[in-house]
Amino acid sequence: MLRLLLFCRGQSARQATARAAPPLTLGVSPRMLPSTMVEESTEILAHERVTESYYLLTLRAPGIAPRVQPGQFAHLRIWSRPDALLRRPFSIYQARGDTISILYKVVGKGTAALARMQPGERLDALGPLGHGFALPSPDGPEPILVAGGYGMAALYLLAERSPRRGIVFVGGRRRTDILCEAEFRALGWEVRPATEDGSYGVRGLVTEPLQVELQRHAAHRKLYACGPTPMLRAVARLAEAFGLPAELSLDEHMCCGMGVCLTCVVPVRTDGGWEYQRACTEGPVFDARQVLWEIPA
Amino acid sequence: MNLSVQLGPLRLQNPVTVASGTFGYGVEYARLLDLNQLGAVTVKGICLRPVRGNPTPRTAEVTSGLLNAIGLQGPGVDGFIRQYWPFLRQLRVPTIINIWGTTIEEYAEVARRFDQLEGVGALELNVSCPNIKEGGAQFGTDCRLLARVVAACRKATRLPLITKLSPNVVSIVPYARAAEQEGSDALSIMNSYPAMAIDIETRRPRLANGVGGLTGPCIKPIAIKLVYDAARAVRIPIIGMGGIQSAEDAIEFLLAGATAVAVGTANFYAPRTALEVIEGLQRYMQRHGLTDVRDLIGRVDMPGAAGPAASENTCTPAESRMQQ
Ligand SMILES: Cc1cc2nc3c(=O)[nH]c(=O)nc-3n(C[C@H](O)[C@H](O)[C@H](O)COP(=O)(O)OP(=O)(O)OC[C@H]3O[C@@H](n4cnc5c(N)ncnc54)[C@H](O)[C@@H]3O)c2cc1C
Ligand SMILES: Cc1cc2nc3c(=O)[nH]c(=O)nc-3n(C[C@H](O)[C@H](O)[C@H](O)COP(=O)(O)O)c2cc1C
Ligand code: FES
Repeated sequence: MLRLLLFCRGQSARQATARAAPPLTLGVSPRMLPSTMVEESTEILAHERVTESYYLLTLRAPGIAPRVQPGQFAHLRIWSRPDALLRRPFSIYQARGDTISILYKVVGKGTAALARMQPGERLDALGPLGHGFALPSPDGPEPILVAGGYGMAALYLLAERSPRRGIVFVGGRRRTDILCEAEFRALGWEVRPATEDGSYGVRGLVTEPLQVELQRHAAHRKLYACGPTPMLRAVARLAEAFGLPAELSLDEHMCCGMGVCLTCVVPVRTDGGWEYQRACTEGPVFDARQVLWEIPA
Repeated sequence: MNLSVQLGPLRLQNPVTVASGTFGYGVEYARLLDLNQLGAVTVKGICLRPVRGNPTPRTAEVTSGLLNAIGLQGPGVDGFIRQYWPFLRQLRVPTIINIWGTTIEEYAEVARRFDQLEGVGALELNVSCPNIKEGGAQFGTDCRLLARVVAACRKATRLPLITKLSPNVVSIVPYARAAEQEGSDALSIMNSYPAMAIDIETRRPRLANGVGGLTGPCIKPIAIKLVYDAARAVRIPIIGMGGIQSAEDAIEFLLAGATAVAVGTANFYAPRTALEVIEGLQRYMQRHGLTDVRDLIGRVDMPGAAGPAASENTCTPAESRMQQ
């Protein structure tokens, strides 16, 4: 039995907008629960365009911010489109004091509506959600981060909180897809960019310089990756080829974000075979060795 | 102010529950709201064995609605009892267990298993399932099969039985009557409506399953009409559902003839909806000087209202393929 008092931690006036039910004795495994989530009405503190299609959104989220673990996400309700019902999931890029920020790309109706929101407006947020990255240990393997596009956002807190620095491989189609390079450098990480059109860094896919680096030296390293599925798959293949552990943050379509609708499932290897696990609850971060990229016949 | 209602033998402290498949097993929401304030907790559909469900994508957002083809993923009776029952049984409000099977025998077997479990509030029969063996038809859209399922479950358990009807029929009246005649204590109306969406760039359906069930605000007017039709045809109480997002939506269902309501898809984007419905319902009652929620049930003021047309009484099987 688990007594859920965790989320009462650090309660004060700032919790006024966060809603959480009274503690309950739950007769279930903690793994079945979205860990320390709250629902709160957040205020937009800042909202700026960082590149042609990326925006940086900063929210006052006192219930969520102190609880965030690297790799977790927030589920935002974008009210201005009532015909678009569902929340939208975004990795929590930074968490400072009582604020969180999100780095997002406009890709469709929800993100387009979000981009029009102004500081002072409110956004209902559920978070922090999901099972994030395990922090590298000071004497463990050297961390190598691999990011595609907004994958950098999912990896930032890991880079910030990791007791060890390492290399970040970041890829994109062109120069403007390479995000947060300066921020990662400022944390003391070595950043190696790659672009498909060669407009910045090495020309090619991000996994190409990664492979070269691993060929040079692979021992006692661990990969942490977030990006498009083909990239994650390539990272998983490299990890396997070099016998390295890897944690991957999978980008699945979501609906509830808290484990009830079973939209976001990923086929995962188990002792006896395989099962569907929820990217919003058991994930989005999975051990690369566990992920099945195709459903077994 | 009285908010309590009876679903046959089952008493609810207020008329608001949640729709099966949209609230997990309750425990997932325990951090966000006090489950003991609900009328009842209704859990995701359960059958005899664990079910993996459909490939992804399993849901797609459509205008003011949601398409889903989850494929009834679940832990099976034993998994449910082991993993979730210890939590659910300690709640002060009843748990309604949604069950399904691929054959009449399976339905009855699941009902029997839960009959032996201490503390179950009611069983809700989901009769719009895929993979049906009995004659290839669907329980929910074949009146005679529906009658046999309800009868078999009635024999298998003393628990209150709620039959959840499919909207995919020419008239809901014969289905409602068949369930009533075979001993169902209440009806749930409605399940999702068969629907489809296509990605025009890839030209592929937006669900891996091809087709799915439509839910959310866009189906509410359909559900209101179905509840209205059924309420005039049977004496057993009805749980109305389909697109409820607010107390106003819920009150519409009550006026159409529902005794209770269930919040479904809204739980996915606004997890506190069910509690807000309860609060809003009380405010509405105050504003209208009502002291008993039962005074709202079926009180729509229909011009020239009459009973259902005689032609609606015949069994009209329709085809459907819905998966949740
Ligand atoms: C765990 C997680 C973390 C994410 N973090 C970020 C981030 O930090 N920055 C960022 O820009 N984006 C992130 N995404 C992707 C982001 O959720 C989608 O870009 C967004 O939902 C698109 O919404 P839309 O209405 O603009 O697009 P539409 O295409 O109009 O959306 C239609 C539906 O598809 C879903 N959808 C569309 N694209 C995606 C996608 N790539 N992943 C998941 N669902 C999608 C939407 O949520 C919505 O339900 C993340 C996704 C997940 C699952
Ligand atoms: C993702 C999802 C899963 C569902 N699973 C079930 C189920 O297991 N059994 C069932 O009887 N109904 C299931 N339903 C149907 C709902 O219980 C409800 O009848 C329907 O969603 C209409 O209500 P709504 O519009 O408020 O969502 C499901 C609906 C959704 C959206
Ligand atoms: S998004 Fe609903 S279970 Fe993961």
